[in-house]
Amino acid sequence: MPPDDSIDPRVVAAGDSAWLIELPERIDAEVNARAIELAARVEAARIPGLTDIVVGYRTVMIYADPLADDAGRVPRMLEEMARARPAGGGIAGHLVELPVCYDGAFGPDLPDVAAFARCGVEEVIARHLAREYRVFMVGFVPGFAYMAAVDPSIAAPRRATPRLRVPAGAVATAAGQTGVYPSETPGGWHIIGRTPVKPYDPARAEPFLLRPGDRVRFRRISEGEFHRTSAWSAA
Amino acid sequence: MSATISVVRPGILTTVQDRGRRGYQGLGVPVAGPMDWYSHQLANQLAGNDASAAALEVTLIGPELQSDADVECAVAGAAFDLTIDGQVVSSDRAFVLPAGARLRFGARRRGARATLAFAGGIDVPATFGSRATHLVSRMGPFGGRQLTAGDRVTIGARAAGTPRVGAPLPLPDGHARIRVLPAPHRARFTDRAWTLLTGSRFLVTPQSNRMGYRLDGPALPHVSGADILSEATPIGSIQVPSSGQAILLMADRQTTGGYAVIATAITADLPLAGQLAPGDSIEFIACARDEALEALRERVASLAGDAGPVAG
Repeated sequence: MPPDDSIDPRVVAAGDSAWLIELPERIDAEVNARAIELAARVEAARIPGLTDIVVGYRTVMIYADPLADDAGRVPRMLEEMARARPAGGGIAGHLVELPVCYDGAFGPDLPDVAAFARCGVEEVIARHLAREYRVFMVGFVPGFAYMAAVDPSIAAPRRATPRLRVPAGAVATAAGQTGVYPSETPGGWHIIGRTPVKPYDPARAEPFLLRPGDRVRFRRISEGEFHRTSAWSAA
Repeated sequence: MSATISVVRPGILTTVQDRGRRGYQGLGVPVAGPMDWYSHQLANQLAGNDASAAALEVTLIGPELQSDADVECAVAGAAFDLTIDGQVVSSDRAFVLPAGARLRFGARRRGARATLAFAGGIDVPATFGSRATHLVSRMGPFGGRQLTAGDRVTIGARAAGTPRVGAPLPLPDGHARIRVLPAPHRARFTDRAWTLLTGSRFLVTPQSNRMGYRLDGPALPHVSGADILSEATPIGSIQVPSSGQAILLMADRQTTGGYAVIATAITADLPLAGQLAPGDSIEFIACARDEALEALRERVASLAGDAGPVAG
């Protein structure tokens, strides 16, 4: 893909110990790819005092100790990286297939999404399965991947009242995004299914299944297959 | 040999904390770590520990602890009436907790959180390179939970380091002045919002915890909506959802958030924020980056005992 000159990053201070690189404000694969590419450059650049890099939909937050030797150079280094033309092509993410059971008690909010979309539950499932999603960012809790873009016809807004307990493995959608809850937490998204796979498992050699830039396809499985393959200790 | 500390009474919220879990925020792993980084580091250095050692963070109502061997300790941060078997001991200097004796945190006089460091540090396994407890994601030692009665905390072999004194944090007495820098989303708020932020008193409500303080104060108006595309949330961020009620993000904050941030507390003043309890009040003072960095240098120097107390 050719570099887009209209994407003009801006470097701003976020408090005294972090810098934010801002890109145009939209959920857009190209913008996000640029953010991921910039994050990789920052990581390789030996930023003085660097502790963390966090990719957002259209931002990169760089945490760095402002009292580190040479910390005064950081804003100029970041501005130079932000101005440099992107390498082009971006960084290729992995394609991950996630099995999902949409049946029975696993998708309690399917009727709500169907009512929003003015279609049947099976049609909601078909439209959720039809697309390949991009992991734009990881945040909220360890291993929670923000994926987009969901078919606009089923892009219901967040629930009016968040649930106090969303089970680990819940596949959910809200405001054009979809995601899988890695652990039991409160949550305001519509729960439409459950995956038997753990998106985050600290005991696994690679604890994090999904990273920014990865692509995800959901594959429908039966309740039987869910229970046979479930990594969760209790269904 | 190393000592083991038994928890006789856990207090209201006592957790194992080190400097925090860094390097994994990009994968959603929160930092956790001390609410008052200054007193955490001071307690560690008084006990002769490296700055990376894990210690106990004590909240509002402290614990009662017993050691099975003589162990050197130090307490910094909030002022509690500290006793060992009824004998008064002082904060902000090293002392020995003798084998079989009980260290008790009594009445709290000032501040909200104290760090209790043991020479040798707390010997627990690290998760993603850190021994910090994150309560919500249940990450860290003891299954990521607070200590309960009967827990046994193993102390590491005595470090070679010599204790280093430093000036205690000037503890806020129910009210703190916290300096802030305008955040990247400042322009999403009206000028009136900024005037209200920097010209009002905000109360720390009971809906406050290690993740953040929900503040009670004037609503801070947005120009057009509170929602942003989710991005990283530094500690000290003053996040404002559509209600207009500000939330000051603290040690256990989520790595990312979707609400506009009007300002960010400076690192030098975060320890003061960490010493506030529900019912206490905050005044936010606008400052510039140079002042923030100078204040941080002074704070660090005062940790080394090089400078007098910093205005707080």
